[in-house]
Amino acid sequence: MLRNTREADEALRRCLNWRRRILAVSQQVSALHVAPAFSCIEMVDAVYFGLMRNGPDGRPMDAFVMSKGHGVMAQYVMLEHLGILTRGDLDDYCTARGKLGAHPDYGTPGIEASTGSLGHGLGLACGMAYADRIQGSDRVTYCMLGDGEMQEGSVWEAIMMAPNLGLSNLVAFCDFNDFQGLGRTRETHPHFYPLAEKLESFGWEAIDLDGHDWPTVVEAVRNRQGNKPLMVIGRTVKGKGVSYMENVAIWHYRSPNQTEYQQALDELAAAEAGIPA
Amino acid sequence: MRNTFADTFYEAGKTDSRLAIVVADISPAGSIAKFREDFPRRFINTGVAEQVMIGLTAGMAQRGLRPFAYTIATFALFRPYEMIRDDLCYQNLPVTVVGIGGGVTYSTLGATHHAQEDIGLACGLPNMTVIAPCDPAEVLAATKWCVTQERGPVYLRLAKAGEPQLTTDAVEPWEFGRLRHLRRGTDVCIISYGPILKMGLELAAELEARGQSVGVASCHTLKPLDREGIIQALQGHRQVIVIEETTPNGALGQQVKALAWECGARCRLDTFALDDAFHHVYGNHAELLAAHGLSTAAMLERITKT
Repeated sequence: MLRNTREADEALRRCLNWRRRILAVSQQVSALHVAPAFSCIEMVDAVYFGLMRNGPDGRPMDAFVMSKGHGVMAQYVMLEHLGILTRGDLDDYCTARGKLGAHPDYGTPGIEASTGSLGHGLGLACGMAYADRIQGSDRVTYCMLGDGEMQEGSVWEAIMMAPNLGLSNLVAFCDFNDFQGLGRTRETHPHFYPLAEKLESFGWEAIDLDGHDWPTVVEAVRNRQGNKPLMVIGRTVKGKGVSYMENVAIWHYRSPNQTEYQQALDELAAAEAGIPA
Repeated sequence: MRNTFADTFYEAGKTDSRLAIVVADISPAGSIAKFREDFPRRFINTGVAEQVMIGLTAGMAQRGLRPFAYTIATFALFRPYEMIRDDLCYQNLPVTVVGIGGGVTYSTLGATHHAQEDIGLACGLPNMTVIAPCDPAEVLAATKWCVTQERGPVYLRLAKAGEPQLTTDAVEPWEFGRLRHLRRGTDVCIISYGPILKMGLELAAELEARGQSVGVASCHTLKPLDREGIIQALQGHRQVIVIEETTPNGALGQQVKALAWECGARCRLDTFALDDAFHHVYGNHAELLAAHGLSTAAMLERITKT
């Protein structure tokens, strides 16, 4: 069990630091997708620091596709920590002199695909996983989707194809923060839920869990059946970690002002004080 | 055309294990069926699901394969257009999208199956290469180019089966990106692409019978367009005629007109294309083209008007 281990405590601390770093970047630009990054932080961290295997060069051998492209700040800060992106890259975020935009761009170090338009990443991830399979690679492809994104028909084309192609080397996550542009996803599409049974009926293994509970996420993926594609449906809170952002729609795209920024830092410091040293 | 594509692809696939094909429920004709039998792991049928057909080819290309997507042109290009734009063109991946039944080839099936606007739409995409061969021999040459190219995404526009050879006596070989003169003439130059080029040859015969020297060229590569070759045709003839089986917006005729303006051409320029309209007409291919005003007689009447 990972719970209450040093590994799990380190993950908690890392996730607080990712939030701090994202908030710091938010003070450089007028708008940035803070809340959609905060909802998937623990799951993205689980991929990079709990699940992916590293090659001899210390860099990940496995692949991660951020299909909900507006969550990419979560990935940028981890790629910075891994030395795949530089501090300067993040300092120049969304500026003409830099290379990082608000959505992932293929060709940027560590970025597997150009996403941002929803409904593309899972099909791409299926193609990558299939090519790996027939070329004899044991790489695992991870893919992060949004719950609103799951409404795209193209996602369901990919959901249909993945088990047909035998993609047991594909692990997808649904960041189920229950928000989309015009409201709560469960209110706009009440008959779309629950999701797990639908995925299972399409030939996937599906696990419904707390997407902020790092040990549970990591163990669920490590202990997967392994003969089917896996979808982790992570129940999350949009804006998780900063009280005034949690479940408040405006933080999809607003940057905090100076007072709000300080309050956020204070809250993160208080949370860190609760982690065993 | 279909069979020539399939044969050529099969032969290339025997030696290049990177070649794969993803189809969307189109019955694999001839050699594609053989490809499926011999190389089952490099053949995927997504069923009636074209968005994931493109997504798969993109992801496979990102892992070093050289995939082709293959279905009826309307479903190959129109249905997954944004996947082609973002997954293939934005990421600039060497994937060939093969569209069968370009233009109004499927003349009895109605406009749902007519890829009328495909050339303009495909040419409008950054990084896209657009190729439309006029006969099986050009399909052979174009497919050979597509299976080895590293340039980026390609839209390969084909018709269906049974098209006649039009380039047997061509004075120039097929070369990617080059306007190909099939026969030379000094008075008139007819520029066309796709199987409708046959109508250009018929028109040339009519004009020759009237004492004119007429050249015919296949503009098989629509993007990148051979600007120099077209400018030479505009400056070297008294009259230039463009014939294409697609709607006018963004297609060859408009581009030739733009080049004529740029180079200050003095020649007469007539362009023929499908109407920018849905015609609720059913019949054979020639009848559909005629409904769009495309017949040798109708063209002859217009171009001989002073």
